[in-house]
Amino acid sequence: MKNLIQKLAVAAGTLALAVSAQAADITGAGATFPFPIYAKWAEAYKKSTNVGLNYQSIGSSGGIRQIRAKTVTFGGTDAPLSGEELEKDGLVQFPTVLGGVVPIINLDGFKPGELRVTGEVLAEMFMGTIAKWNDPKIAALNPGKKLPDMNITVAHRADGSGTTFIFTAYLSEVSPDWRAKVGKAAAVKWPAATSIGGRGNEGVAANVSRIKGSIGYVEYAYAKKNNIPHLQMRNRDGRFVDPDDKTFAAAAAGADWFSVPGMGISLVNQRGAESWPITGATFVLMYRNPDNRAASNEVLKFFEWSFRNGKDMALELDYVPLPDALTKAIMSKVWSQIAR
Amino acid sequence: MQSSSTSSTDSGLRDETRLRIVRRQRIQDFLFHKVTLSFSLVVLVALIGILISLAMVAWPAFKKFGIDFIWTVQWDIVNEDFGAAIAIFGTVASATIAVLIAVPLSFGIALFLTETCPTWLRRPLGTAIELLAAVPSIIYGMFGLFVFAPLFAEYGQPALQSTLGQMPIIAPLFGGAMNGIGILAAGLILAFMILPFIAAVMRDVFEIVPPILRESAYGVGCTTWEVVRHIVLPYAQQGVIGGIMLGLGRALGETMAVTFVIGNSQRISASLFSPGSSIASTLANEFGEAADLHLSTLFALGLLLFLITFVVLALAKILIIRTERGKGLQT
Repeated sequence: MKNLIQKLAVAAGTLALAVSAQAADITGAGATFPFPIYAKWAEAYKKSTNVGLNYQSIGSSGGIRQIRAKTVTFGGTDAPLSGEELEKDGLVQFPTVLGGVVPIINLDGFKPGELRVTGEVLAEMFMGTIAKWNDPKIAALNPGKKLPDMNITVAHRADGSGTTFIFTAYLSEVSPDWRAKVGKAAAVKWPAATSIGGRGNEGVAANVSRIKGSIGYVEYAYAKKNNIPHLQMRNRDGRFVDPDDKTFAAAAAGADWFSVPGMGISLVNQRGAESWPITGATFVLMYRNPDNRAASNEVLKFFEWSFRNGKDMALELDYVPLPDALTKAIMSKVWSQIAR
Repeated sequence: MQSSSTSSTDSGLRDETRLRIVRRQRIQDFLFHKVTLSFSLVVLVALIGILISLAMVAWPAFKKFGIDFIWTVQWDIVNEDFGAAIAIFGTVASATIAVLIAVPLSFGIALFLTETCPTWLRRPLGTAIELLAAVPSIIYGMFGLFVFAPLFAEYGQPALQSTLGQMPIIAPLFGGAMNGIGILAAGLILAFMILPFIAAVMRDVFEIVPPILRESAYGVGCTTWEVVRHIVLPYAQQGVIGGIMLGLGRALGETMAVTFVIGNSQRISASLFSPGSSIASTLANEFGEAADLHLSTLFALGLLLFLITFVVLALAKILIIRTERGKGLQT
C-alpha cells in the first residue's frame, strides 16, 4: 500500500514533467545538494546528445526510497548506504561530485574568514555549551580580536538535508559529546536553547544575515554568492583554512575510496595540510541487474560524459569535480558490476 | 407531474404522449438524483479514504508510542523517539493568537463596511479585503520573513517586552531573545491571513439582516452600537461563528507562511517570542528526508491535525445548535 502510494506520487510527478520531455529521458531522484550541477550537466548533455535528464530533487531519503521502489533509474543520496544495505537490494553506489559545507556568522566587525574556530569549539557552540561570543575558548583562538558580549543564536536547517548530514557527521567526528547526545543525520534534535530552523540553504542564510550574533551552516556556494562571512576552521593537521575548491579537493585527495564497500567513505576531518574539514561527496545508487538495461546504460553514458566534460561547469557552481584517476576507477571497478 | 396525470380528459393518443413524457421526466429526475448523489458521495469517499490511508501509514507510530504520543515532548529523529506535543502546542498556540487578533479586527471592519461606511468607499474597501484573501500564502511567508520579522524584532518585540513583559503573570510570555520570528510572529502573520475570510463572511451576514429590523431599531432611537449589539449580532450569530471557524480552520492547517516565520525549532518554551513548530510546518519540513518510523510519525501528526480540525468544527456546530435552542428558534 505504502509502495503503491509512493509509486503513484512519483508517477504523477514524472508524468507532469514528462509531457514536454522525450520518451528516452533519463529519470533520477534524490539529494537536493547536487541538483544544480546535475541540472547544468543535463542541459549541456541534452544539447550534445538530445537525451534529457529528469532529476527530481526530493531529498536523499526520498532518492533511496524511489530507487528501492524502482520508479527511477538512479537515486541520489548524500548519506551513503552501507555495504550490507547495498548488497541486500542489489545496488551499486558511486560518488559524482564533491562539495563543502561552511559555518557562517553574523557578527559586527568580522569579515569572511576573520574569526577562527576549531571543530571542538564549533561543536560546543552548536551544542549551546558555549553561549556567548566572548567565551574564553573562542577568544583564545582569536588573540587580539574584540569579541562582543552577545548571545550566540544557532541557525540550522529545518528540513532534512544532506548538508546537515555532512555538518553533523563532522561535529560527531570531532566531539564525543556531540556524537553521544546528538549524532549525525539528515535532521537532528538541535540541542542549543536558542536555535532557529530555516527552510533550505537560503532559509538558513536569510536567518543568519538577519539575526545579529547568529551562527549557521550552508553549502559553500550560498555563503560565497551572498557574501556572508564564514569561519576559518582548524583542520586535522592543525592548520587554519578557508573554504574553496582547492581545500575541498585537498580533503578528498588523500581519501581511500575503495576502503569501504560502496565507496561510502566519510570525507570530513581528513588529513592534509590544506584540507577543509567539512567536505562531503554526493552519491548515485543504481541496480546491478536493472530491469531496464537500456535506461540504465543511458545513465552511465550521462555520467561518463559529465565526468569527462563537466568539470568546468562543476567549478563554476562551486562544486569540486572528481579527479580523473577516481572517475576512471569508478568506470572500471564499479560500473563493471552493472549488467549492460 | 401530478397535475399531468390527473387531468386525463383528453383523447387516448394524447394520454399516451403525456404518459411518455411523464415517464421520461421521471427517468430524468431519477438519473439526475443518482448522478448528483454520486457526486456528493465522492466527497465522502475521498474523506474516508484519506482518513483510512493516513491511519494505515501512521499505525506503526501509534503502535510504538501508544497514546502517550500525543503529550510526549520529544522530537529526536536520530534516535527515533517522537512525541506530538511540541507540534500540537505550536499549532494551537499560533492559531489561537491569530483568532484572538483577527476576530475583533474583522468585526470592526465588517461593522464599518455595513453600518457606517460612506457608500462610495464601500466598494473599494470590500474589494481590497477580498483581494487580501486571494494573496497566496507563500507571499505572506516571504513578507513575514523578510519584511515583517526584521521590523518586529527591531520595534515590535522591544515594545512588547517593555510593556506587557513587565506585567505580573504574563511577563514570561514576552521574555527571551528577540529574533522577530517565533510563535507570536506566526500568530500575527496568520491573523492577517485569516482576517479577510472572517471579515468577508461577517460583512455578508451583517448585510442580510432585514433592513426593516434595523430601521425600526433606529426609529425607536437606538444608537449604532445598540443596533449592532441587539439586532444585527443576534440575527447574524450563526454566520459570525461560521466565519470565525472558517478562519480558525485555515489557521490550524496553514503551512507555508507558518513554516517561514515560526522558527522551526522542536521545543516548547514559555515565551511567545521563542521559535517553535506547528504540525503543518513539521510535515512540510521533514517529509523529504523521512523514512521508516519517522515517516510513519509524520503521517500520525497529519492524522492528529485532521482530528483537531474535525473537533474544532464539531464544537462550532454544537455551539450553533445550542444557541439556536437557547433562543427557541427552529433551524
